[in-house]
Amino acid sequence: MSAPVSPIRPPLIEGHKSYHDITNDLVSPTERAPDKSWFIAFLLSVTVLGFGIFCILWTIWHGIGTWNLNRTIGWGWDITNFVWWIGIGHAGTLISAILLLFRQKWRTGVNRAAEAMTIFAVMCAGLFPLIHMGRIWMAMFIFPYPNTRGPLWPNFNSPLLWDVFAISTYFTVSLLFWYTGLVPDFATVRDRAKGIRRKVYNFLSFGWTGSAKHWQRWEALSLVLAGIATPLVLSVHTIVSFDFATSVIPGWHTTIFPPYFVAGAIFSGFAMVQTLMIITRKILNLQEYITIEHIESMNKVIVATGMIVGVAYLTELFISWYSGYIYEQFAFFNRALGPYYWSYFGMMFCNVVSPLFFFSKKLRRNIKFTFFMSILINIGMWFERFVIIATTLARDYLPSSWSFYVPTWVEIGIYVGTFGLFFTLYLLFVRVAPVVAIAEVKSILKTAGDQYVGPNAIHSHHHDDHDDDHGHSVPAHDDDHSYQEANQAGATSTATHAAATKTGIIEDDLTKIEGIGPKISQTLKDAGIYTFASLQQSKVEDIQRILDKAEGNFMGNNPESWPIQAKLAAEGLWAELDQLKDKLDGGRIA
Amino acid sequence: MGKTKEVVYGLYSDEQDLLKAVKAAKSGHMEIHDVFSPFPVHGLDPILGLEESRLHIAGFIYGMIGALTAFLGMTWIFTKDWPIIFGGKPYWSVPAFIPITFETMVLFASIGMVVTFYIVCGLGPGVTNETLHDRLTDDKFAIAFNTHDVTVDSAKSFFSQTGASDVNVKVL
Repeated sequence: MSAPVSPIRPPLIEGHKSYHDITNDLVSPTERAPDKSWFIAFLLSVTVLGFGIFCILWTIWHGIGTWNLNRTIGWGWDITNFVWWIGIGHAGTLISAILLLFRQKWRTGVNRAAEAMTIFAVMCAGLFPLIHMGRIWMAMFIFPYPNTRGPLWPNFNSPLLWDVFAISTYFTVSLLFWYTGLVPDFATVRDRAKGIRRKVYNFLSFGWTGSAKHWQRWEALSLVLAGIATPLVLSVHTIVSFDFATSVIPGWHTTIFPPYFVAGAIFSGFAMVQTLMIITRKILNLQEYITIEHIESMNKVIVATGMIVGVAYLTELFISWYSGYIYEQFAFFNRALGPYYWSYFGMMFCNVVSPLFFFSKKLRRNIKFTFFMSILINIGMWFERFVIIATTLARDYLPSSWSFYVPTWVEIGIYVGTFGLFFTLYLLFVRVAPVVAIAEVKSILKTAGDQYVGPNAIHSHHHDDHDDDHGHSVPAHDDDHSYQEANQAGATSTATHAAATKTGIIEDDLTKIEGIGPKISQTLKDAGIYTFASLQQSKVEDIQRILDKAEGNFMGNNPESWPIQAKLAAEGLWAELDQLKDKLDGGRIA
Repeated sequence: MGKTKEVVYGLYSDEQDLLKAVKAAKSGHMEIHDVFSPFPVHGLDPILGLEESRLHIAGFIYGMIGALTAFLGMTWIFTKDWPIIFGGKPYWSVPAFIPITFETMVLFASIGMVVTFYIVCGLGPGVTNETLHDRLTDDKFAIAFNTHDVTVDSAKSFFSQTGASDVNVKVL
């Protein structure tokens, strides 16, 4: 853990946590019985989910006619909600994959929950295209498999089919990434549990032991998955934007859509992470792990992506005017001043104006304000999708087919129901799994814990290589070497007493002498001193000369006691040698 | 997996102690059976002499298989099996195949790598591996010696010299 840490980096783990404290704090929410507020939230979510399921069944039973879609407006709330949820699902993989590649340590506090959020959001999103099909039992037609219809294949040139591949791949990869990260933490939960609970978590932890080779592979896997999930996360919303951009509808047919959709997705995803984490950290008492620094970092991402979205909106406006194409110009005129003007201005305010408040450091670090903003941004991003989809479709080429659209209770019910699904799953997740990645937080403790960095640090960084207990006993840098040598001398002393080398010369393990480490031992052997007996007969001045000639800084090593120690070792008087060592200070006669 | 083995292990409380002890064991030519830690310890792999994981090579191969499957599959379907003209484009419209080729590549690479990871590590649903100590997934770090390679006595003195606690013998 001797990675260089900038002194200006604020700590990411507060409260002077030890490894055991981290385990206790992060596992305990899964160990205690849920409190009343959890039950209330869970019941509410399940009720809302139940209503959503009812509305979905209603749609399937009666048909899409229960929605207010019409010949002009073929995509309404359903696709708006689909794109909105998919966008929210982007923050998880962004945090876990892209920020892993960028070595952003703050991701460890929020990645687990954000990835869970991604998976649940993608589930909510995936529902909409499925029920939008109308005859959901025909859903398998979207998959390319040798069938009895010819075989007739799906259209691989269609962005709608690309979406099927992109979203199912995204869901699968996110799930694998998330679960692989969870396995070591489930093992932590398992090893604290007893009885049936232990059996359950043993199953979930896949028999994880924490072996060094497994960790190495686990890290390699995480890194490569992050590497391929990064273009994946960018591709998913790019392909979602192709659903629109490859059409010939004015207002949709623009090349700016992919980057603008991706930025918007990250923008809304981070807003949703803020909403969830601000509640979660409060209820589960995780303020020391999800600190104000995490919140501020995410707010910085929000202001950056919010500005990208803002620039995209303005570029779209400019290009539509500059194109000289009247249908395109009308589409944008209609968005801003048509029948749905309120959604356009809602979008502009929530997504372009409001994030600018985050240029103020004070507001970035204000939790209540952040929470309020996160809700506002999610409303704004929902408006954005509604503007693009329903507003644009409502005024098409022929004024005779212009239309207006308001959702029915069924459409509203399905949308609300997806919140039920999302929060039901999230609340279950909070009960079952550690919300913060335990192993990953532990791995940054030495570089981001507040006892190591920041104003409350109590450990110095210059002696990072040392034991914290002994680090203070080493006053000057020159002494470091002898200290280490001495330490290693103790450490290696159990090695075989005498070992035959390849050349057949009998060697003693000289490192048993206090003050001699592996390096000095090698130096002495190079000079012809192989055994305790020959060391015993050497004069102190001669040993000193060998050390002086040798490469390496052995200046701090004083060999005055080595012949005396060697005499005891040669005679096999180990107990006496140990007594002598106790009196010595780093090999010196005290 | 395979035969049971008897190991002697000791626990350390800090990864720096662990690293020092691993170094000491290596310089003393004591063969380490395994090291266990609650999180990946940086700098451990080179000291322990672990070779770099080849998982990424496997991932590359799976990814290529995925990309080829998708691309060749779409090519066969749209040029041989059931050619259809969409929007006046050629049957073999390569640019339109790119998104699905990419997604399938990522899908194959990630599923393949994850499955390979669990298989080579001997992990998976329903697998129960004997663990040395319950604190090893919490705050302790362990070095384990196979008693065939290192006698229990020399291991014990090694552990006492390097400041390990809870020295114990266990059959894995």
